[in-house]
Amino acid sequence: MNVVGKIDATKGKGVGNRLAVADCDIHPTVNGYRDLYPYLEKRWQTHLQTYGAKVRHGYQRGAAYPKGQPDAKRRDAWPEGGGLAGSDLRLLQTQHLDANNVELGVLNPLTFCGYGLLNSDLSAALATAANEWQKNDFTRRDPRLKASIVVPYEDGPAAAREIERCAAEDDFVQVLLLSRTAEPLGKRNYWPIFEAAAAANLPVGVHAFGYGGAPVTGSGWPSYYIEEMFGHSPSCQALLASMIFEGVFERYPNFKLVLIEAGCAWLPAFTWRLDKHWERLRSEVPHVKRPPSEYIRQQVWITTQPIEEPEPRSHLVDVIDWIGWDRLLFASDYPHWDFDDPAVAFPIDIPLDLRQQFLLTNAKALYGVQ
Amino acid sequence: MTLDGPIDCDIHPIVPSSEALLPYLPGHWAEVVVQRGITDLDSASYPQSTPLASRPDWRSDHARPGADLTLLQAHALDRWGLSAAICNCVYGVWPVFSADMAAAFSHGLNAWIAAEWLDRDPRLRSSIIVPLQSPQLAAEEIDRWAGDKRFVQVLLPVFADMPLGNRYYWPIFEAAARHGLPVGIHAGSTYRNPVTPSGWPSYYVEDYVAQSQGFHSQLASLICEGTFVKFPELKVVFIESGFTWMPSALWRLNKYWQGLRMEVPWVDRSPSEIAREHIRLTLQPVDAPPDPELLNRFMTHMESEDMLLFSSDYPHWQFDRDEVVPPGLSPSLLRKIQYDNPRATYSRLTERAQ
Repeated sequence: MNVVGKIDATKGKGVGNRLAVADCDIHPTVNGYRDLYPYLEKRWQTHLQTYGAKVRHGYQRGAAYPKGQPDAKRRDAWPEGGGLAGSDLRLLQTQHLDANNVELGVLNPLTFCGYGLLNSDLSAALATAANEWQKNDFTRRDPRLKASIVVPYEDGPAAAREIERCAAEDDFVQVLLLSRTAEPLGKRNYWPIFEAAAAANLPVGVHAFGYGGAPVTGSGWPSYYIEEMFGHSPSCQALLASMIFEGVFERYPNFKLVLIEAGCAWLPAFTWRLDKHWERLRSEVPHVKRPPSEYIRQQVWITTQPIEEPEPRSHLVDVIDWIGWDRLLFASDYPHWDFDDPAVAFPIDIPLDLRQQFLLTNAKALYGVQ
Repeated sequence: MTLDGPIDCDIHPIVPSSEALLPYLPGHWAEVVVQRGITDLDSASYPQSTPLASRPDWRSDHARPGADLTLLQAHALDRWGLSAAICNCVYGVWPVFSADMAAAFSHGLNAWIAAEWLDRDPRLRSSIIVPLQSPQLAAEEIDRWAGDKRFVQVLLPVFADMPLGNRYYWPIFEAAARHGLPVGIHAGSTYRNPVTPSGWPSYYVEDYVAQSQGFHSQLASLICEGTFVKFPELKVVFIESGFTWMPSALWRLNKYWQGLRMEVPWVDRSPSEIAREHIRLTLQPVDAPPDPELLNRFMTHMESEDMLLFSSDYPHWQFDRDEVVPPGLSPSLLRKIQYDNPRATYSRLTERAQ
């Protein structure tokens, strides 16, 4: 939401003055299933053409709530030659990677990647296709870019197999799921994902969105898109609680969780709440050995976008002090409309070392990228 | 009545058994209870034996926690010198499927509260329990009790069939606003929807922690639907909601409102401005570490000293000894929380005193 005008890609916006950036949430975009056909068996191509992809909401294609603008994309990020914003590597390079001095860009593809489909086999086939597509169209063409392993997360064993298939290739730096799963994310059917990710020493990124069948609020479906968007932070709170109380962090001590695109300022208050009620009700969950805050402090990272902008801005510094500056990851969300510009994303002046930690070094350390 | 002690905005009388309600149920409903063997409607939100349901030293051999007025007096009303305490009876009317049955039990509960609690201690006040299964019947229940000034608000659960700002529920808000009653939204659920956006959690602790996510949703719903535009005098009190989640939730909602306000053009002020005017939150549980310096730093994030209302959440185990307010708050803020804010929110408290 910090887009104040069209970025002039040709002029690069004074790259020399900009700090190097690791962007932990870039969305390379599949234009349609046809882009993935080179990586799909004929059987699935025919299936998609005949039956489409069944999802847990009421429309054949697209989102349950109409977005604020076409495909929720920045209006200046659509390629002149056609295709969806985010589908063209050249424009991504000139408009974002070069212009904003992005040294590391973590790719999180969203649409057409099979997330949460009701047909588990199709979900798995599309995940594999999306991973091959990321390599061929992005990571093998620009060394700054690293991919996330898309997994068919509603089928734990299939997701684990996809992780094992991809983990050896250094194109991939994390495993990726969406936040709105069919069951709370700590439940045991998802454990094969965490086990495989921990074994491969890959963080699991959970990106807001998706459709798991349950309403985005525990009180049913809201009327508006703004409520759905707002709802992503409470959704992430719920999945974090589930992972803690089901014992995921306790069971997999080197498992790392990255929360993506749900904002960040909610984390301290939610951690306090978890600690308070764990203390009272811990006899119900004896497998949770330590206060939730300890697992969060050691095993959870959080991307800032869309970063909260309190008045006064100093409140945000309090919040990050409580989270821990070493847990914070910059994300732009390019090419989406609520893009955070790295030059102004942290809306208050902070010391250079903290700014560099936030913009670059935390992410490089987490993802093991030199 | 001078209201010179703290005003407790959330205590929980418990229905000892469905038999206790029989004399108060309207029409043929007492007969239905016996004939169909409806032994109890205890809400799944508060299992009685969990550590949360009652402080150990408030439990008794002869009564369920919260079922005995003399214990409530000894443990809370007398001990803390409360001038008034608002009863929020979280009995299982909310999950009932039949609107007629819910209306009968709401009526019975309100009559039971009036006779067994309000008549027996002049410090007690109550929320009106309503059958939200039918907003029309709920409005009628509000009209039925609003003449009794000891009923000071209307009570709804934080998890309902739909987000509570939805216009389907507006007859409830209309009736409340017409009588000058705040609408209290309390932790608890109809359990029509999973309490999390990704389904049913395994453990009670998750259910309880999830309540604050429900309050996030209601905050957004009430503001985005324009409930406060339609009912400009309305106050909504979030009860047993926790409160430390509120500032960051408002920052997030403000930001999305800036980007998406074209979708809800009637929201003509920032969500945080609307919330500061219309929304209040009760104190317990204090979901923050017992660190005065941190808590005071956090309090500046609330950007208002008018939003918090003193509550003990009796008999729930949220604190020990007499630490019903967290240590280290400034005397002026404490005074607002314990006296001024409750009085300003519940105008009926002072009307009665005059």
